[in-house]
Amino acid sequence: MKLTRRDSILLAMGASAAAMVPFTANAAVEDLINAFTGGAAVGDAGITLIAPEIAENGNTVPVEVDAPGAVAIMLLATGNPTPSVATFNFGPLAGSQSASTRIRLSKTQNVTAIAKMADGSFAQASSEVKVTIGGCGG
Amino acid sequence: MKMTVLKSAIAGLALVASGAMAEGGFEINGEVSITTHAPTPDYLDGALPELISGWEFRSADTQAMQLDDFDNPGMLAVEAAMVAWDEVEGTAEKSCASCHGSAEESMVGIRAVYPKWNETAGEVRTLAMQINNCRTEQMGADAWKYDGADMSGMEALISVQSRGMPVNVAIDGPVAATWEQGREMYYTRYGQLELSCANCHEQNYDNNIRADHLSQGQINGFPAYRLKTAGLVQTHNRFKGCIRDTRAETFSPGSAEFVALELYVASRGNGLSVEAPSVRP
Amino acid sequence: MADNVTPRVRVPRDAAAGESIVIKTLISHPMESGQRKDGDGNLIPRSIINRFTCEFNGQSVVDVTLEPAISTNPYFEFQSLVPESGTFTFTWYDDDGSVYTDTKDIAVS
Repeated sequence: MKLTRRDSILLAMGASAAAMVPFTANAAVEDLINAFTGGAAVGDAGITLIAPEIAENGNTVPVEVDAPGAVAIMLLATGNPTPSVATFNFGPLAGSQSASTRIRLSKTQNVTAIAKMADGSFAQASSEVKVTIGGCGG
Repeated sequence: MKMTVLKSAIAGLALVASGAMAEGGFEINGEVSITTHAPTPDYLDGALPELISGWEFRSADTQAMQLDDFDNPGMLAVEAAMVAWDEVEGTAEKSCASCHGSAEESMVGIRAVYPKWNETAGEVRTLAMQINNCRTEQMGADAWKYDGADMSGMEALISVQSRGMPVNVAIDGPVAATWEQGREMYYTRYGQLELSCANCHEQNYDNNIRADHLSQGQINGFPAYRLKTAGLVQTHNRFKGCIRDTRAETFSPGSAEFVALELYVASRGNGLSVEAPSVRP
Repeated sequence: MADNVTPRVRVPRDAAAGESIVIKTLISHPMESGQRKDGDGNLIPRSIINRFTCEFNGQSVVDVTLEPAISTNPYFEFQSLVPESGTFTFTWYDDDGSVYTDTKDIAVS
C-alpha cells in the first residue's frame, strides 16, 4: 500500500483521536467524580466554566466557575498526574456560587467542574485548554 | 490581539508580520497610563516601523494580570522590597531609606534613565550595579547576587516609581562606545543556530517560533513576573536564556557584555512606558 | 516550611446592606507540588496551602480545599453578602501546620 501525504495526515489524526479516549475517561477522574456525586447522574445545565482556549503557560491558568444555587463545586484537571485541583464549599453568606482561581495544567487537556446543587442534583461542565510549550525558556 | 493556533502557524510559515497593530495602551489600577506603541527613534534607521511593548504580544489572560496590582504577582516582590528598603544593614548601619528617604518620592524617574553613565566611576551602570554600589560603598553591606530575588525585587520596587514614564536612556556622550558595543552584539549571530537578537526580535516579531509569539524583545517591562518560573526575571536572565536558546555559551548576568546589550536594547524602547514589573508567560 | 508567607486581601471599605461584594485574596506561597525533583534527583516534599476559608461575623462565605494543582501564590476571587457591618476573617492552612489569618472590617449603611 502506498500512502499519500494526505492519507498519512488522516491516519495520524485518527490515531490521536483514539489516544484522546482514555485521556478523558481515566480511572482516577472517574473515582473522584463518583466520590463527589456518590454515583448520582450528572446533568449539564446550570454550571459555567470559563477557561482559556489556549494557555500561554500551563503554570498559571486562570479559571472561573459559576453555578447558581450550588452548595459546592469540584474542579478537576483531567490530564494532570493528580487530577484534583480544588473544591469550593459555599456558605450561607456567599454572594454568588462562583469563584476564580489560577491553576496548573501539565499538558493540553479538559478541565472539568462539577457542581452539587442544593437539591442534591449534580451538573458538570468541561472545557479544553491547549497548553503551549514554548521554545524559549529563559 | 488574540491568535488562534492555526493563524499563528500560518503566520509562522509565511514569515510575514500578521497585520498592523493599532496604537494603544492600557491603564494599571485605572490610574497609571501605559503607552504600548511609540515612534521609532531616528538612530534605529527605520529598523522597526514602530516600537511595541511586549504586553501587546500576550494573550488576553496574561495581559489582564497587569491591569490591577492586586492581580499582578510581581507586586509581592515589590512589597518584600519595601521592607528591605527600610532594613538597616552593614557596617555603616544604614538602610536605603537612611539616604534616600521614601522610595515613592526619591526613586521617581530613576528606572526610566538606566543604564546610565556614572561620572565618578567612569562606567555605564545598570540599576542593579548602582544598587550594589550603594550596598558595598555606602552601607558597608555585602553585595547582592546580581540576578537574585533580593536584587530583582529591589529593581522592581524602584521601577514601579517610574511606571507610565517614557523610557529615556542616553545613547551619546560618554556612553556612546558602550552603546555601539551593544548594537554590535544585537546584530551578531550566536550559537549553533546562528541567531542574532535581530533575527527574532527585529525581523520576525509577531511571528511564532514554535509555540512562542515573538515580541520586539523590549525590556521596558523588566524585571518581569514570569508565569513559567512564578518569580521575577531580570533583563540579564532573559538575555542569558535567549543566547542559551541559540545553543551558545552565554555571558553572565552583570557581565560587561550584558551591560552594553542592556543599554542598547533599552534605547530601542525609548518612548515606551516603564511597565515593570510586567507579567509574561 | 515556606518562608515569607504574606496574605493579601481586598475588600471594599463600605457597602449597602444585603449587597454582594467582590473579594480578592492572594497569599505568597510556593505551593510545592511534591512532584518536582531537586538538582540531585530527589523528590522535593509536598508543601502547600491545603485549605482557605472566609467568614463574615462568624458565618461561612466560602471554604476551599486546595490541591497541589493550585498555582504558586494562591489567588481567589469570590463574592460575599454583607447583611450588617462587621469583620471578615480569612484563614489559610499550611501543610506544615502553620495557620495564616487576616481580617478586614467593612461598614454597611
